[in-house]
Amino acid sequence: MRLTCTVNGTEQHVDDVWEGESLLYVLRERMGLPGSKNACEQGECGSCTVYLDGLPVCACLVAAGQAEGRQVGTVEGLADPEALHPVQQAFLDAGAVQCGFCTPGLLVATHDLITRHGRPSDAETREALAGNLCRCTGYEKILDAVRLAADRMAEPTAGGDR
Amino acid sequence: MDFLQPVTWAEALEAKAAHPDAVPIAGGTDVMVGLNFGHLRPALLLDLTRVADLRDWAVTDGAVRLGAGVSYARVISELGDRLPGLAMASRTIGSPQIRNRGTVAGNLATASPAGDAHPALLAAGAEVEVASVRGTRRIPIDDFYTGVKRNAMDGDELITAVHVVPPSGPQQYSKIGTRNAMVISVAAFGLALHPDRRAVGTGIGSAAPTPRRAPAAEEFLAGELDSSGLWESRAELPEATIARFGELVAAAAAPIDDVRGSARYRVHALSVMARRALTWAWADHRSATQEA
Ligand SMILES: Cc1cc2nc3c(=O)[nH]c(=O)nc-3n(C[C@H](O)[C@H](O)[C@H](O)COP(=O)(O)OP(=O)(O)OC[C@H]3O[C@@H](n4cnc5c(N)ncnc54)[C@H](O)[C@@H]3O)c2cc1C
Ligand code: FES
Ligand code: FES
Repeated sequence: MRLTCTVNGTEQHVDDVWEGESLLYVLRERMGLPGSKNACEQGECGSCTVYLDGLPVCACLVAAGQAEGRQVGTVEGLADPEALHPVQQAFLDAGAVQCGFCTPGLLVATHDLITRHGRPSDAETREALAGNLCRCTGYEKILDAVRLAADRMAEPTAGGDR
Repeated sequence: MDFLQPVTWAEALEAKAAHPDAVPIAGGTDVMVGLNFGHLRPALLLDLTRVADLRDWAVTDGAVRLGAGVSYARVISELGDRLPGLAMASRTIGSPQIRNRGTVAGNLATASPAGDAHPALLAAGAEVEVASVRGTRRIPIDDFYTGVKRNAMDGDELITAVHVVPPSGPQQYSKIGTRNAMVISVAAFGLALHPDRRAVGTGIGSAAPTPRRAPAAEEFLAGELDSSGLWESRAELPEATIARFGELVAAAAAPIDDVRGSARYRVHALSVMARRALTWAWADHRSATQEA
């Protein structure tokens, strides 16, 4: 079947999509967007986290056809051409990336968390990132990165709206 | 494999009538796992996420009518006040990503004994609204679960909504798993107090072939509350009453040994969860304003 959806602001068309395949497969194998990772294909690890109509979801659990006409946002859409997104930069600066396999999903989940909460408490962060597994970092540096990103994103508009 | 995306409910029901073996897909959090691992190869996938009628909830005649397409995330954020028991259960499900997609209707159709929505729906006395081209009927939640991962729906039927009259008293949900997030329950217990009709509702998860109530425990506790005037006095519950309630809840279970836990552990865990849930709910009842 043919699939049309908007990915990171650009309309994408792909043909010959098998009806039973996931949005994750379409993104990685058919659209050349391998940022979202496939680590479990069963919703357990969060490394495939993308925005679907503004909500973070596991792309491996979205049937390709369910994305028809929808807005998809992946890790590839976070950075500007010139600079990394503050969430990405904070992950680098805090040492929250080791093998990096979990990172794309964590970036999207963290982006969503800070967008909604501004400066989340550690408890809110743990709850919001509970669906993203990391086998390397032990999570402490990821918590550091979330705090750093939240602080940096709050600064320019401190006192204003965010 | 075919993929159908009906936009209206009538179209969806026609498709299901024409293809009883079609697999409906809502949040996909059960269906896609089956597809990804090759366990599920339906001839037709019936995507219900375009059907606008399923997307919302409303309150009619004092009951919440929860559309089949409403996600757990929305149950938590929009119905936490009206259906605290179901919202508590929803908070324990999977992860934020899973809760953004998964639905109560999907949980019902899967009818796993471990599904977290079931104990809350049993304790509240919910009804499942199912429909087909032949018409609509409401299945009382007690009659909905018919066996391990089996339910009372016919091949041409789909779930339209779940009806829940918000319990008039406090509700609790307690779940045991190996960690806090992303776990299938080892055992679970839901409790609702119904002071308006002087009744108690219970629901047991992961401890029998189907989710089930603990009728003897419900009757015992309602009887004690009645005969001792406790509904009105809101006095402290006697320890013996709490302990007996726990025993009766545990006695209603028929668990098995499996990788997640032994039958003995489940029975023990249930009695503990039932005592705790009752203690918490009764504390809420005592501190609630004395208007009822
Ligand atoms: C990582 C992960 C963690 C999970 N954690 C939990 C947990 O903690 N607790 C828990 O209870 N569950 C859990 N689940 C299971 C799953 O999320 C739930 O069962 C969820 O409620 C399924 O809803 P859905 O909308 O995603 O269903 P889908 O996967 O879309 O469908 C599930 C079943 O329902 C049928 N169906 C869907 N909608 C309808 C309808 N309107 N009418 C008739 N049939 C319909 C489908 O055909 C299918 O058989 C988890 C799943 C994953 C992947
Ligand atoms: S690959 Fe989707 S959650 Fe692991
Ligand atoms: S950095 Fe390796 S899994 Fe997280």
